[in-house]
Amino acid sequence: MGDMQIRPEDVPVVTTEVTESEVRDHLETPGGPADLRITDSTLRDGSHAMAHQYTEEQVRGVVSALDRAGVQVIEVSHGDGLGGSSFNYGFSKVDEFDLIKAAVEEAKQAKIAILMLPGLGTVHHLKKAHAMGASVARIATHCTEADVSIQHFGAARDLGMETVGFLMLSHRASPAVLAQQARIMVDAGCQCVYVVDSAGALLLDTAQERIKAVIDEIGHEAQVGFHGHQNLSMGVANSVLAYRAGALQIDGALCALGAGAGNSPTEVLAATFERLGIRTGLDLGEVLSAAEDVVRPFIPRLPWMDRASITQGYAGVYSSFLLHAERAADRYGVAAHEILQRVGDLGYVGGQEDMIIDIALQLQQEQELGDLAGAGVR
Amino acid sequence: MAPVTRKGTAAIVGPGNIGTDLMFKLMRRSDIIEPRYMIGVDPASDGLRRAKSVGLEASHEGVDWLLAQDELPDIVFECTSAKAHSANAPRYAEAGILAVDLTPAAVGPYICPPVNLEFNLDAMNVNMITCGGQATTPMVRAVADVVPVPYAEIVASISSKSAGPGTRANIDEFTETTSEALEVVGGAEHGKAIIILNPVEPPLMMRNSVFCAIPPEAAEPGDLQDKILDSIHRMVERVQDYVPGYHLRAAVQFDHARELWRGMGRVFIPIEVKGRGDYLPDYAGNLDIITAAAARVGDLMLAHKFGVETTWKSSADLGDTPDPITVITEKAGV
Repeated sequence: MGDMQIRPEDVPVVTTEVTESEVRDHLETPGGPADLRITDSTLRDGSHAMAHQYTEEQVRGVVSALDRAGVQVIEVSHGDGLGGSSFNYGFSKVDEFDLIKAAVEEAKQAKIAILMLPGLGTVHHLKKAHAMGASVARIATHCTEADVSIQHFGAARDLGMETVGFLMLSHRASPAVLAQQARIMVDAGCQCVYVVDSAGALLLDTAQERIKAVIDEIGHEAQVGFHGHQNLSMGVANSVLAYRAGALQIDGALCALGAGAGNSPTEVLAATFERLGIRTGLDLGEVLSAAEDVVRPFIPRLPWMDRASITQGYAGVYSSFLLHAERAADRYGVAAHEILQRVGDLGYVGGQEDMIIDIALQLQQEQELGDLAGAGVR
Repeated sequence: MAPVTRKGTAAIVGPGNIGTDLMFKLMRRSDIIEPRYMIGVDPASDGLRRAKSVGLEASHEGVDWLLAQDELPDIVFECTSAKAHSANAPRYAEAGILAVDLTPAAVGPYICPPVNLEFNLDAMNVNMITCGGQATTPMVRAVADVVPVPYAEIVASISSKSAGPGTRANIDEFTETTSEALEVVGGAEHGKAIIILNPVEPPLMMRNSVFCAIPPEAAEPGDLQDKILDSIHRMVERVQDYVPGYHLRAAVQFDHARELWRGMGRVFIPIEVKGRGDYLPDYAGNLDIITAAAARVGDLMLAHKFGVETTWKSSADLGDTPDPITVITEKAGV
């Protein structure tokens, strides 16, 4: 990585009161000054849509294209974060640390980020990713459980990594609660708190209210970001509103490649923000090429708003449950969207993919009883 | 062996949910252990107040206070954090006090009563793994008793309300200690543990999913599969002996071998733990299972020390008892 890289100590963590424009002036990119920073998660959230079967060649291709397009932060990890390779979430084809190392080698200006979920990944994983060259640590918790991330933010800062906090399934917490949770993360050393719409359930105002509440709480002590999903087709619109409410970091994925109906497409974000006169520092032509020429050819199935993924947005279900629900639907002869609706009704959170099997078994049993009733058996 | 002629005194260090529940369990289930001290660091602690109300000496001046007493306890139950126990453990040992560690500090050997209660009773310090470890290592052991288990993975989902500050500050220690216990106690070659906190209301029961990689032939119907099922069902009964709310949430599931699983098959065991409600509500089965195990082990250690029979009362022995708080307050004379 070259000298263009923003070192962790240069990240705009502002402890004294400054104006918004001063914070923004820090967003220098290889493509000139920018108004916000786009982080691409094709190689992390997209790992869900790829059933965690990324090859090293694919990772190198994507990193190289994104790097050329001026994307400053590229996230690479198992979809469920470091240590996610498992029975419950799906085993990775290639060890994620090998993929991280390949990504670091490929990136000329971009920083490589990792995601980790405390309770699944540990500080041990974080250190290993850092040793491979990852320099941004994104630490994710359910939106009401920020206090489990305190030790990990501390460790990431000790390693000299830039830190980002992910408050997942943000629709499940009120703006006020979310703001309190953001405060816990910032006090623990988090430099940017993301409102993460893991279910693609936030709808314009509800996204913007959360961004505003978090900014009101943390002021200029840290930045605020937004991570959207397309389950109800709101990813890009919510991202624009998040920016207008003061968010400075926005997530996207090429071809929307992410869990559920996918993420806000990086190429659409780039085009939309450019048309709005909001500088991202990205080269639109290169981003479009990265999506069309590099990513699209290897995608087995484009993320799409179908009955199951729309149900996720509607019922507020963690997006990565989609493929697991489809598999359980096949295995037990029940409907994926019915499984997902019930996941939403029962309030399961990110990481509880194992509950899908429980629900599928229950639906199967109910179905059999219904069949018997239909056949006149009482 | 001789009947119980004397009682051993116990100190509970850490007056949170776990410490308080443990106090009630010791009172109900052991005739040897007399809970004498409850130790904390916060004078406003609800747990200290409650301990005092049932007749214990309660102090907010920490382990320093405890070790300065003329009459030291025979046994201490550590319900603080891994870091605190790592610091306290040598001090207990120096004072000749037995220690049952309910944090994931893993200073002493891992104990899970239905699996390895035949541990070295001369050990001065034993570790109760984690709540998830108590709930899942018996299942891994049940499978590993029948077929080799190259890899075991568990997902423990607990309600946010039942996860105190200790669990939250120790979440890495939880996953690491539980993973290791899946190997050392469960018998898997490699272990992986995941913990999920869920804040949904009403609170969820503790739910544990146990996945074991098994030989392809064991994943198909037949004799081997029957043996595994039988082993699992017998182990569930052994756990129920001291945690009556421990049960299979649904039928055990077998999955055919897959290439992505390195050619192995898989067994999935869904466990739910309903708490007994000795002190905590029934969703806190995660706390129930570790306090019940700790009380069981403490009773055994003191029985060994005094050369008497264990006085532990199983769930069946206790039967349908009245409101536990009534029993406790009667027993404590308050």
